[in-house]
Amino acid sequence: MSQQFNYDIAHLIGATVLMAGFGLLYQRRVFAVLNTFAFQALALAAAAAWQAHIQDAPHLYFTAAIALLFKALAVPFALHWLVERLGIHRTVETALSIGWTMIVGVALVALSIMLVLPVTAAASALTRESLALAMSVVLLGMLMMITRRNAVTQVVGFMALENGLILAAVSAKGMPLVVEISIAFSVLVAMTLFGIFFFRIRERFDSLDVAYLESYRGDRS
Amino acid sequence: MNAMLWQLVQIVLVVALAPLVTGYVRWAKARLNGRRGPAPIQPYRDLYRLLQKEAIVAHSASWIFRAAPYVTFASVWLAACIVPTFTTNMVLAPAADLIALVALLAVGRFWTALAGMDVGTSFGGLGASREMLIASLAEPAMLMVTFSLSLLSGTTAPAQIVAFILAGNVGVEVSLGLALAALVMVALAENGRIPIDNPATHLELTMVHEAMVLEYSGRHLAMIEAAAMIRLTLYIALIATLFAPWGIAQPGAGAAGVVIGMVAFLLKTFSLATTLALFETSIAKMRVFRYADFLGGALLLGLLATIFLYVSEAV
Repeated sequence: MSQQFNYDIAHLIGATVLMAGFGLLYQRRVFAVLNTFAFQALALAAAAAWQAHIQDAPHLYFTAAIALLFKALAVPFALHWLVERLGIHRTVETALSIGWTMIVGVALVALSIMLVLPVTAAASALTRESLALAMSVVLLGMLMMITRRNAVTQVVGFMALENGLILAAVSAKGMPLVVEISIAFSVLVAMTLFGIFFFRIRERFDSLDVAYLESYRGDRS
Repeated sequence: MNAMLWQLVQIVLVVALAPLVTGYVRWAKARLNGRRGPAPIQPYRDLYRLLQKEAIVAHSASWIFRAAPYVTFASVWLAACIVPTFTTNMVLAPAADLIALVALLAVGRFWTALAGMDVGTSFGGLGASREMLIASLAEPAMLMVTFSLSLLSGTTAPAQIVAFILAGNVGVEVSLGLALAALVMVALAENGRIPIDNPATHLELTMVHEAMVLEYSGRHLAMIEAAAMIRLTLYIALIATLFAPWGIAQPGAGAAGVVIGMVAFLLKTFSLATTLALFETSIAKMRVFRYADFLGGALLLGLLATIFLYVSEAV
């Protein structure tokens, strides 16, 4: 198999992760969002495993396994359980309509491409494409955090952002395993904190809508 | 000489095969739902029955109402003739291009919508307005797919795109994946398949295509139904031809090549039809207000496909 073909498959998997990022923005039900997130993590695991295969870097299989176990299984299950436990509204509440969010999303993809092109002028087209993909996923995660009112969907946005970082890391050669493990564990810790945080917010305000928090900001009132 | 022969085969093939493809999808869906379902050849019987029957025309109908079924059928049939299915060696191949294809399909849709409004019933107008809503979103998406394919291959003619891909000039591009997703979404919308429209319903609130053709009967209805069946086959053939052209006979291939092309075409068509049945069984129809999101998504995918061509330096 040729080198070109290997990279093409890698980019195709990267594009699947990106599409799942758009899927996250498109969904209107919390459970559908969680399923899409699990799918994105699955695609990420596939991307890591494929990179391990073509770079001949066995430690990336570890990364793939971490993505599969924690992000595709543990985190969605935990969030699922939380949503059921807390009896949250099943619809996604958006700050910006879905159609507009998608348009902004495409604009962000174009932006990340425009940013990546001059920065990586010396690099090959292959690196450039994977970087552009990963950066788009990161930006879409941020967009998701901005445009969603509900804390659960904001957390999913945060996790999606982190998926983008891992995607960038696995496509660049020579990232040490320590970094990945520490990222994975910090995400897990963040996940636990978010869980506790959800309970606290709900106890306090009977809702997970973060708008309720705003009256407690210092610069208002 | 051969080119003429294969073109004639293609012209007959699309009409002869279309009811079978539709019947097969219905049959497969019935089996997946746990019903026995009518035999896959049922649409042939339906068309024959409709052709035997008298056509009833409303008093308020004008000539548009009478002409529309034939114009629709002819434009869709012609569109189906220019998509290379089993060989690219056809007389119409130089004239065929994807933009013309989009235009031909638009002509058919335009006339169906006109006919829907012609009689003046409320259902017809409602169906026509929804059809135009879908079309106004699906057509730009389809054109974006066309642009990304033609930027990649340097031509808008399906025959040459097939030759370009078969020559191994193109790898597994991200853009092609995105364009495929966009084209599938457009195809679902244009054929009134499940997330957009339910082809089996006559429930007043949800129907789109059926609402426009509610007034038709007899041979007129047969023409309209046949056009819808050909359109489904056309989109399946188009997806198979552009994104999985393997097996299609090139000019210069002998009779054996054409036979291989034919077998490959039938295999691809029925496997895509099976996929369609599986897909339709597994999801629910979406609300009318969400069409814009769905088709806007297709448009954005087409746009992304074009953008990524520039990143990967394929152009």
